[in-house]
Formats: sequence, C-alpha cells, structure tokens
Amino acid sequence: MSESLKIAVVEPDRARAIEIIDALRADGWADVTVIAEMSSLARKLAELNPDLVLIDLSNPSRDSLEQVSAASDAQGRPVAMFVDQSDDEMTAAAMAAGLSAYVVGGLTPDRIKPVLKTAIARFQMMRQMRRELDAAKQALVDRKTIDRAKGMLMRARAITEEDAYALLRKTAMDQNRKVIDVAEALLTAAALLK
Amino acid sequence: MSTHRLNCGYVPLVDSAPLIIAQELNYAADEGLNLNLLRQPSWSALRDLLALGHLDAAHMLAPMPIAMSLGLSGMTAQIDALMMLSVNGNVIGVSRDMAGRMRDAGWGGSFVDPVGTARALAQATDAPLKVGIPFPFSMHRLLFDYWLRDAAPFTMITTPPPLMADAVAAGELDVFCVGEPWGSVAVDSGAAELILPGAAIWSFAPEKVLGVRRDWAAQNDGLAGALMRAVYKAAQWLDTPQNHALASDILARSEHLDLPENAIDHALTGNFAITQTSEPVDVPNFLKFHRNAATFPWRSQAAWIGAHIAKLHGLDKGHATKVAQGCFRTDLYRKHLSGVGVDMPGASAKLEGAMANRTAVASTRGDMILGPDAFFDGAVFDSGDPK
Repeated sequence: MSESLKIAVVEPDRARAIEIIDALRADGWADVTVIAEMSSLARKLAELNPDLVLIDLSNPSRDSLEQVSAASDAQGRPVAMFVDQSDDEMTAAAMAAGLSAYVVGGLTPDRIKPVLKTAIARFQMMRQMRRELDAAKQALVDRKTIDRAKGMLMRARAITEEDAYALLRKTAMDQNRKVIDVAEALLTAAALLK
Repeated sequence: MSTHRLNCGYVPLVDSAPLIIAQELNYAADEGLNLNLLRQPSWSALRDLLALGHLDAAHMLAPMPIAMSLGLSGMTAQIDALMMLSVNGNVIGVSRDMAGRMRDAGWGGSFVDPVGTARALAQATDAPLKVGIPFPFSMHRLLFDYWLRDAAPFTMITTPPPLMADAVAAGELDVFCVGEPWGSVAVDSGAAELILPGAAIWSFAPEKVLGVRRDWAAQNDGLAGALMRAVYKAAQWLDTPQNHALASDILARSEHLDLPENAIDHALTGNFAITQTSEPVDVPNFLKFHRNAATFPWRSQAAWIGAHIAKLHGLDKGHATKVAQGCFRTDLYRKHLSGVGVDMPGASAKLEGAMANRTAVASTRGDMILGPDAFFDGAVFDSGDPK
C-alpha cells in the first residue's frame, strides 16, 4: 500500500521531527525529509519539490508556505493547503491535533488521507506529551517560587516552614487568589523594597 | 446583564490594539461582551480557525477576506470586513548594504521621497530585488508592488515579521515591507535602515479589518453590532493623543503583545529612528485608528484591493472587484453605528487618491474631515470604473 510519496516535514525541533519520521516510516512511507531551518523555507521546498508538506499549525513560518501555495511548485503544479471538503471530520481532526498539510495538485485524496491519518495520530500524541511536559515544568517553577516566598516569610517573621505556608494559603484564600500568585506578589514586592 | 463570550483571533502587532483595548478598558463589557483574545502564530493559522468556526471574529490583513472570498487563500470561505481596525502603519526598509549602494547611486536618504527612493533602489541593484513581506495577501505586498513594479524587478519572499531582521542580516532579503514594531526592531538590530513609510505610497491605505464569516454576521446580528460598537469606542480612545502613553502601557503590560513599551510608542506616535544613529523623525499619518473616518470600510478601497489582486493572480477584474466590494460591509457599519452618534459619510465609495489634503465632506453630522488619501504617483482610482 505504500506508494512513493515524497513527504517534507517542516519541524525545527529535532526530537519531534524524529518522532514524525518514525511514525511515517513505520506505516510504509520511506521518502521523508525534514526541514529544520526556517530561513529560506520557500526556496528549500522548491528545491526538494515534495508531494506533500506537513507543518505544525503553531509554527510561525507557516505563512512562508502560503507563498509556495499561492504560486506553484518547481514543476509548475499547483500547491494548496489540503482541505477535503468531503471529509470535514479529517480536516477538523488535523486542526485539533495542530497539523496542517500542503499538497501538490493532481494527488487524489485517497493517496493523501492514509498519510494524514498517521501524521494526525502522531501529532495528537506529541501534543499530549508536550502538554504534560509543560505542566510538569510549570509545577516545578511554581514550587521554587513558593519555596522562596516561604523562606522569606520564615526569616522576616521568624516562623516555621509550616506556618509560613499556612500564612500564604490563608492570604490566598482570603483574597480569592492562587498560592502561587500570592508568592509571586510577595517576591516582587520584596525585590522592590530592597 | 449576561455577557456573551466571543473568540477573537489576532496576530501580536500594534494594530491589533482596538480589539485589546475594547476588552481591557471594558468597552466590550459595556456591550455585554467578553472578548476571548486568542493570539495566533501566523496569518494562515488565524485564517483557518476563522474559516472553520473556531474563531468568531479576527484582526485581519485587509486583503485577506477578499482573497478568501475569491478562493485564493486556503479554504474558500465567505469572509466579510465589518469595519476597519487601522489605516496605514507599514514601513519599508533595506539592508545596510543596499542603503550604502543606494547612497553611492546618489540617493539623498530622504524618508518621504517615493519616486527618488524607487529610482535609487533600481539603480543600486542588477539582480531582481529580494523583498520580504509578511503574507501573500497583505497591503504590504500590494503597496510595494504598486510602488515599485514599473521601477525595478523584484521577487516577494514571505517572511514572518519577527524573523525579518535576521533574514536581512543573513542576506536573504534586500528590502522588506512590514508593520511596526518590526521595522524599528530591524533598525535597532543594526541590520537595516528604513527608507519609506507605507503612507508615502498611499496616504490613506486600508490596513487591518475586523473580519467575520458572512453567515456568522447574518446569524448574530446583535453580537456583530455590539462588537462593532466596542471596537469603535476603543479606536476612538486609541486615536486621542493624550491617551497614547497609557495605551502603550496597557498594550505592553497586557499578555497580548509581548513587546517592549518603546516599540509600541513608535507606532502610536509616528515618531521613530530610521537608522541606528539618526534622530527620530515624525511621520504624519503613520497609523490611524479613528481619525478621518478610519473605521469606515470604504467599498472603493475594497475595489482597489480586488482590482490589484485580480491583476497579480490573473483573475477577471470585474468579478474580483465586485466580490471585494461585497466583503466590505458598509451596510452593517451604517446600521450598527448610526444609532450611537457616529458620523456617517454621505457615500460608501469615494474617488481613491483624489484628496491631496484634508477635506471636509458631506456627512450625517456634518463635521467629517477626510484625507489626505493621495497615491504617490498622483493616480485617482474610480471604483465605478476600475481600470
């Protein structure tokens, strides 16, 4: 079932690029090239002349592809963003997963859809992982901020760590704010008063 | 009063300010709206989300609704401009290398000499100029093309504005046309000099519009009206000089723009440095939100855009012009803003380029001053008879 489609993946993050290539290869598409450098994107794509371009919806360089799609590829075939009016569900799924695809003219939806299905599945997985990673990172940053605020209260008021945290929590509850917001405000104010 | 939440997309540029101010200063809340402001990474992403209904309204480049309605940009969708969000606001800059070659060709470095600067640019290069623009369907592209197409050969290279300075420094671009603050950013980085404000090409060029799907506007007449009134009041507030300092502060402080305050100041005051070493210059009419009926979506301006797009894309000019005029909803503007004392022009189209100076015109309240709206070449565009 794997037909020889030449696929370009525009992705500056190496780890993500490898994930996408692996998923496509595993499902039978071997001719996949990654473009990691965003400068001269349109020229690089023209040189590569792929049948299909996959790019993250949140990539700011997506507008550079619009130029390619507004013109045509190296062989003069029209390039367009892939929108299958007959399959809104797939378009919506791609959008929700944060994927946009550009295809050259003459490719039938049957040839593109299997690739997109694989890519959408991988993008969904990566999006979930990124979300979890971001949440974990944020939690770590928040904890450090709260620890610093606690330390400051312990020194300033000569109280224990538990009391310092209880004070932060009570203040947050009284003001209908989050503990992290109160901690941040305390650190900002303390920095100003130094 | 119950509030209605609207998903509003924008790209973080100074001219998204009317939407941000409408929310931050509670003009939206006064109309029973809560604007959920959603920053977009690119114009294409914003366009797709609007077309698919994830966004109710969006800050858009003026040619975008027209290009989408003509089926030229991404998925075809009937998108209308309810009103203008801004007029003018772009600058053209060159690499320092190119500026040096222009000086060698006898260029005096004037910031407001479109004809002389075009000539110098043509003389300074043998190869087609590599021109950076933010999006294929933008006033940047149309204005640049209008300005230079008879003077010098060039190719357009779509480059996201935040990457413009780097692309110039890397020699990938000779010239660029971009909205503030990205021109000033390129100057500050040492990569570029500014050579011409967009307003020197067309002194009253439509720039950004408030775009919605036509079917959304038809099904949500009350919400569309409320949104237009909130944005109108924000534009009025923004164009009051004594509010500029506070506006910069609010825009810089809000999570929306993520730009340094002085970068926003340049655009709001029209006062900025065109080279790294020169004193800042004042650019009259640099960016307008409200003055001179800047919010009115002139059908003649839509026609100009439609005619120009038709020329660049080989479409039938009559058809493109007609579709374009239909996208600029003067009917909704009159319907929803007449009741709140907004001065309305007597006509919905004008002779574009006919006013070299500020001119009093017939209007409902009788105190409307329009213009200047001249083109650099003195041309007059009559949308009744698009050439």
